[in-house]
Amino acid sequence: MSVLVFVETGEGKIRKSSLEAITYAHLMGSGVTAIVLGAVAQPELESLGKYGAQKVLHVVDSKLDQPVIQAYASVITKAMQDEGADVLVLANSSLGTPVAAKVAVKANASFASNVVELPSTSSGFVVKRSIYTGKAFSFVELKNQKKVIALKKNAAEAKEVGGGAQIVPYAVALNDADFSTKIMSTEKATGDILLPEAEIVVSGGRGMKGPEHWGILLDLAKALHAATGCSKPVSDLNWRPHHEHVGQTGVKVAPQLYIAIGISGAIQHLAGVNSSKCIVVINKDPDAPFFKAADYGIVGDAFDVLPKLTAAVNAMR
Amino acid sequence: MKILVCISHVPDTTSKINFTDNGTKFDTNGVQFIIGPYDDYALARAIELKEAIAGTTVTVINVGLADTEPTIRKALAIGADDAIRVNAEPTDSFFVASQIAAHAKGYDLVLMGRESIDYNGGVVHAMVGELLGIPSLSPVMKLDVEGTNVKMAREIEGGKESVEAILPLVAGCQEPIAEWKIPNMRGIMSARTKPLMVVEASGNDKNVVTQKFELPAAKGAVKMISADNVAELVTRLKTEAKVL
Ligand SMILES: Cc1cc2nc3c(=O)[nH]c(=O)nc-3n(C[C@H](O)[C@H](O)[C@H](O)COP(=O)(O)OP(=O)(O)OC[C@H]3O[C@@H](n4cnc5c(N)ncnc54)[C@H](O)[C@@H]3O)c2cc1C
Repeated sequence: MSVLVFVETGEGKIRKSSLEAITYAHLMGSGVTAIVLGAVAQPELESLGKYGAQKVLHVVDSKLDQPVIQAYASVITKAMQDEGADVLVLANSSLGTPVAAKVAVKANASFASNVVELPSTSSGFVVKRSIYTGKAFSFVELKNQKKVIALKKNAAEAKEVGGGAQIVPYAVALNDADFSTKIMSTEKATGDILLPEAEIVVSGGRGMKGPEHWGILLDLAKALHAATGCSKPVSDLNWRPHHEHVGQTGVKVAPQLYIAIGISGAIQHLAGVNSSKCIVVINKDPDAPFFKAADYGIVGDAFDVLPKLTAAVNAMR
Repeated sequence: MKILVCISHVPDTTSKINFTDNGTKFDTNGVQFIIGPYDDYALARAIELKEAIAGTTVTVINVGLADTEPTIRKALAIGADDAIRVNAEPTDSFFVASQIAAHAKGYDLVLMGRESIDYNGGVVHAMVGELLGIPSLSPVMKLDVEGTNVKMAREIEGGKESVEAILPLVAGCQEPIAEWKIPNMRGIMSARTKPLMVVEASGNDKNVVTQKFELPAAKGAVKMISADNVAELVTRLKTEAKVL
């Protein structure tokens, strides 16, 4: 059995979630081929070998420098065929997940997203998925010969295993019809740590009282090299951009450390953070429901605690 | 313009999730079911388009057994014109997508939520688009129609993309595409008599089978730290939790 891994890049770098996908495929114990679309530097491609890819298909076509979902799906489906790959593995993302779904339809593959662990193959091919927005798991059997697996963050820890990959230019005839949706422009915070991939998230709620007070929260985030998040009312009120909104109806995060400041801990907010390894809650109300879901809690005023916490972090570093 | 809105029938966001029958069945005891919150955004945007563009009709479709009808009636009360229920259990994304695709031909715009909040597959829109051979985009946070041209904003990690496409197309919606609508008395009255067509599922080839469910391990008790001793938190995060 050979496994194809779709590797995403951002700002010319391999995304960390894609390295997790490579490790995942490597741990499945089969030959791993990676596919990368669009311009990316040679050393980045070569680095995939260290994580377990034996071969890297690199598709260079200026039309693919933009992440056109439909076209990516066609190219990857063709690569699965050409490589004789039975399984496609990739990381859940705004690009990866729809690409995976389309490939699954084109290739008549069984599909599962939000997969959290390696498959068990003792009786059938069974994967564990996160469902009910992190409140439960399901075990699903993927019955078709071909399978497409989209991984949730942390399904495997990206790990160097040594080895090198053969980089192979891969040319595919593109179909104009796949470019019927046009990306006119992209607005993206550059240089920042992306919230869905962050290992530490510092998140603020309505208790922060207004956008003008975010400075002290950003200071802590900076000291911790953390991404910033917020509760839904905060993005509804336009205190923070929408892509920072964490929860049931926003981004689901799974960092090592989630620090919630002035967030009450409504069940819909918790749904977005329940996969975090460690949760710290800072709230002036000792009865805030968030404390029940926390590992560490501080009852206190954010405006007093935050600067002290930032100072303590800086002192430790 | 003909709009099809796909709605899921899911546990209210405050529900406690439990399973019965040795972890093989969802426990509906005490659970209230709602229109999926993302689908609710899609429906709200469809109703806004209907109000703005003369001659627009809104049909809702749900793949579900008879117990989903109150949820469908609610969508009719919010302002959809008619409804289709495909009489089958919505067991996996591909099955649901193929049922929807079988009824979605002839619609200009197929809207639904970015994901259902029960199985969180997040791919039915992409699969419906693929099955129909039309574009699909998700998560769409802004959608305007001018003639046959559609201008959208799609959320991506750390930002957004402006995208244009031509009808017909499929969009998976999320906020702030529109504000949730609450049915009024007149809507609720008229919903009772709006057409709700029940059709049987076409085909039953399930290429994914759920074997069992499981709940996550319970969390330990919270450790409280005094606001006067913030440095202790940092020490504990480093040495005890090992996350720094
Ligand atoms: C269908 C549905 C989906 C939803 N989806 C989401 C979602 O995805 N994400 C989400 O976040 N919410 C979501 N919500 C909303 C959710 O129910 C809560 O309303 C929301 O999370 C509350 O945000 P908050 O904690 O910032 O504000 P509040 O509930 O107002 O809490 C503010 C907290 O700040 C504390 N505080 C005040 N001042 C200070 C201070 N000086 N220092 C320290 N603490 C202070 C208060 O004690 C309080 O606990 C959803 C709701 C519904 C119905």
